[in-house]
Amino acid sequence: MKLTRLLTDYGMLIVLGLLCAFFSVTTYSDQTPKGAAAAKQVADSIVQQLGPQARVLIVASEQPDDEAFVAGMTNGLNAAGARIVATVKGGPKEARDALVKMTTDGGKVDAIACTQVTGTWLVFADLKTDFPALGNPRVILPPSYRWPNFLKSENLMNIANQIAVIAIVAIGMTMVIITGGIDLSVGSLLALSAVLATRFIRDYAGGLEASLGGMLPACIAAIIACGLVGAFSGAMITRFTIPPFIVTLAMMLVGSGLAYTLAKGEAIYQIPDSFVWLGRGADIFSLPNAVVLMIVLYALAHVLMSRTKLGRYLYAVGGNSESARLSGVPVKRVLMFAYIASGLLAGLGGVIMASQLKSGSATYGNMYELFVIAAVVVGGTSLSGGEGKMLGTLTGAFTIAVIQNGMNLTNVESYTQKVVLGLVILGAVLLDKIRQTR
Amino acid sequence: MSEAVPLLAMRGIVKSFPGVKALRGVDLTLGTSEVVALLGENGAGKSTLMKVLGGAHQADEGLIAIDGRATPFHSPQDSRHAGVAVIYQEFNLVPGLTATENIFLGQEVTRAGFVAQAQERERATALFQRLGVEIDLDLPCRRLTTAQQQLVEIAKALAFDARIIVMDEPSAALTSHEVERLFVIIRELKRQGIGIIYVSHRLDEIFAITDRVVVLRDGINVGERPTNQITRNEMIEMMVGRELKDEFPSRASAVGPPRLEVSHLTRGRAVQDVSFTVHRGEILALTGLVGAGRTETVRLIFGADRRESGEIRLDGKLLAINSPRDAIQAGLGLLTEDRKLQGLVLGHSVRENFGLPNLERLSHRGFVQLTQERKEFAGYVEQLTIKVSDQEQRAGNLSGGNQQKVVLAKWLARNSEVLIFDEPTRGIDVGAKFEIYLLMNALVAAGKSIVMISSELPEVLGMADRILVMHEGRVTGEITDARHATQEQVMSLAHA
Repeated sequence: MKLTRLLTDYGMLIVLGLLCAFFSVTTYSDQTPKGAAAAKQVADSIVQQLGPQARVLIVASEQPDDEAFVAGMTNGLNAAGARIVATVKGGPKEARDALVKMTTDGGKVDAIACTQVTGTWLVFADLKTDFPALGNPRVILPPSYRWPNFLKSENLMNIANQIAVIAIVAIGMTMVIITGGIDLSVGSLLALSAVLATRFIRDYAGGLEASLGGMLPACIAAIIACGLVGAFSGAMITRFTIPPFIVTLAMMLVGSGLAYTLAKGEAIYQIPDSFVWLGRGADIFSLPNAVVLMIVLYALAHVLMSRTKLGRYLYAVGGNSESARLSGVPVKRVLMFAYIASGLLAGLGGVIMASQLKSGSATYGNMYELFVIAAVVVGGTSLSGGEGKMLGTLTGAFTIAVIQNGMNLTNVESYTQKVVLGLVILGAVLLDKIRQTR
Repeated sequence: MSEAVPLLAMRGIVKSFPGVKALRGVDLTLGTSEVVALLGENGAGKSTLMKVLGGAHQADEGLIAIDGRATPFHSPQDSRHAGVAVIYQEFNLVPGLTATENIFLGQEVTRAGFVAQAQERERATALFQRLGVEIDLDLPCRRLTTAQQQLVEIAKALAFDARIIVMDEPSAALTSHEVERLFVIIRELKRQGIGIIYVSHRLDEIFAITDRVVVLRDGINVGERPTNQITRNEMIEMMVGRELKDEFPSRASAVGPPRLEVSHLTRGRAVQDVSFTVHRGEILALTGLVGAGRTETVRLIFGADRRESGEIRLDGKLLAINSPRDAIQAGLGLLTEDRKLQGLVLGHSVRENFGLPNLERLSHRGFVQLTQERKEFAGYVEQLTIKVSDQEQRAGNLSGGNQQKVVLAKWLARNSEVLIFDEPTRGIDVGAKFEIYLLMNALVAAGKSIVMISSELPEVLGMADRILVMHEGRVTGEITDARHATQEQVMSLAHA
């Protein structure tokens, strides 16, 4: 009894766990440390093997990761008291030149610190015969290890970052679906918000030179505009009792059309570099800011749905709106809230997307409404209303993201991915049905 | 009942649901041309037994025999195949289809793959002739009256040559006149050799139409007797398992000053210029035929529908009621006629249902005070003896009587001054009815006012201080001394 309840209540969470385990196993492979992490390992092993007085040559290529490697090496060796004879940044030719120069200068080297790539250069293959004068230096490179590609922290961050927008929009969608409605306009609102925010910045906040004081009002204005569209949908639904499907389908077309008109069919990119803070920055525990925002919003939404009067009303309206009305629930206001919240969150999603891509375009958010609805449904919220959980939606969003990411890592074709994703959505709803007939 | 092989024999039927053993070895026999009354309180297992017979549930143990032959009852199809038709309280009709289309739904008469409409129509006409009634075959069923829809259900049963017809609370939504007509039809079916199982809470009807009474309690047979050899009180005692002195508890009437004054309430043809006053400590009964405009009137008072004109005053103060929310805040409460569709959110827990109209009070800065809510609800569960497994039980899983008690608890917690009870005991067993009557008495004794809509005349006469009779949207009569009124008096006003 307990076990079946656990299985049904947290079924999707278990499925998510199994998916993660599956992709961890299938992507288990050789890993090469890079950048600062690699530098630390190499520096430590030099100090350990050759003592702190070692004379070291650092060889790195011109990749960004290698910049970090050089910086990390320099810091690490300096701290240990080792002497850096020279630092090479470039290709094998530069490395050979440096070695030749050192031989002619009569210098000695104890260790050559390399990355995984530079360490395999032929120039270091037979140092004893090629450069005997250097004093038999050892080539030291970071050790490789085995670890699933899926579980690498960058990949996990990547998943969270990719799904953040959909997950945030899905909060509003969950509320709407719990009231027994649907909001098809969120994808278009995403685009509208991205275009509005970037246009406001370009036209009124100073474009490339815009300051925070200009960008913030621009983004807020874009989000509020989407909230107004949500309010309009809500008003049509409550005042004229037009089915939500029809109203939001209309608003989906209106929103998308407006976005294209406002963007004049092109991407708007005249925005400052600092605009990407929200979408690409990572300030807290190196978690991406969008992900932090997502976590905060889910926590708030969870409390709203499970602890407050408004949350109770949202469920009641979806469970039986007539009973709710006759019990004194302000049904129309509750519905208005749901659609406005959905609009605002879609607007926020649009701003995040514009920030991630550092531009605004009317093509954003195409088909997103379907992914958002899928996340909600996979998360166990019933489309007939009255039932569902915020954290279920978060699980649903992550399930979709993990499947997509895992399939990308295992080189599944994108067409096949669609088939799999479709079947997963079906399977999740089936799981829910089985739960209900119990 | 034929002595030889019975038409239907159910033996040792056992059915369990998670946590409940609904049927614990029930027997039921039905002969040809026999009407058997199946009696019992809510939760006694009547509905479950009938669902087993209808194939909606499958028995865990036991045997069902038709004409002495064991027959499988695994699905509604099996049941239909065996000649059993179950007419549930909520009809199984597609509202948008005509009577003919509904009758032949799933058993269409076809010719070369096309529906033979003329032939279906002919057969439908013949079926209704057999029943001695006329139904407009072109109207969609939603536009037929409840009584007519019931006839369509019966015709549907006859269309597949059902030999056993189960009627679950067939009179619940009928006027007394329509019930008389139903009895004529039942007698006709009986003459044609059909066996009928009649499930009802209305004991008068049991005496009027049935041959034999079978009583269930807690999932077992507790008695069986020919109807002409049992008294009303014996029947009730068998059902509740104890002696019951009165159907209606006595109460000293203590009517005070006017409380709720309604004047010139109007909405279309349904409610026309209705005025009345309810006093402090008074139970005012609103009666009349179904469709007389009683429910429509109270819905206007409660703000559930918009009134075209009219004023509502409470304690002399004019109320601006434009929504149920306004009415509730003014101190009104409405127990709706239809608990399932209007009174409760069936999929949600009983606690959440209880809290719904009380959240303003039970929440602090928008946050629901869960502990407070649980404590209060626990108090009402005890006070009203609501049978729930725990506070998180889904409202939809309760019996009718317990559902009604949950709805009552909602409004008691709200401490409403004027309570409107729309058919408060419909579909509720005798024991729970009595408890609800006691509670109504306690409420008026505490100075509250009650407007009670009821179609059951004994209930109206037994409970009300004053009776208002409606007919076609208008108040057609008032009986100020309800205690000494007769059913005939009320009926004559209702048919005015």
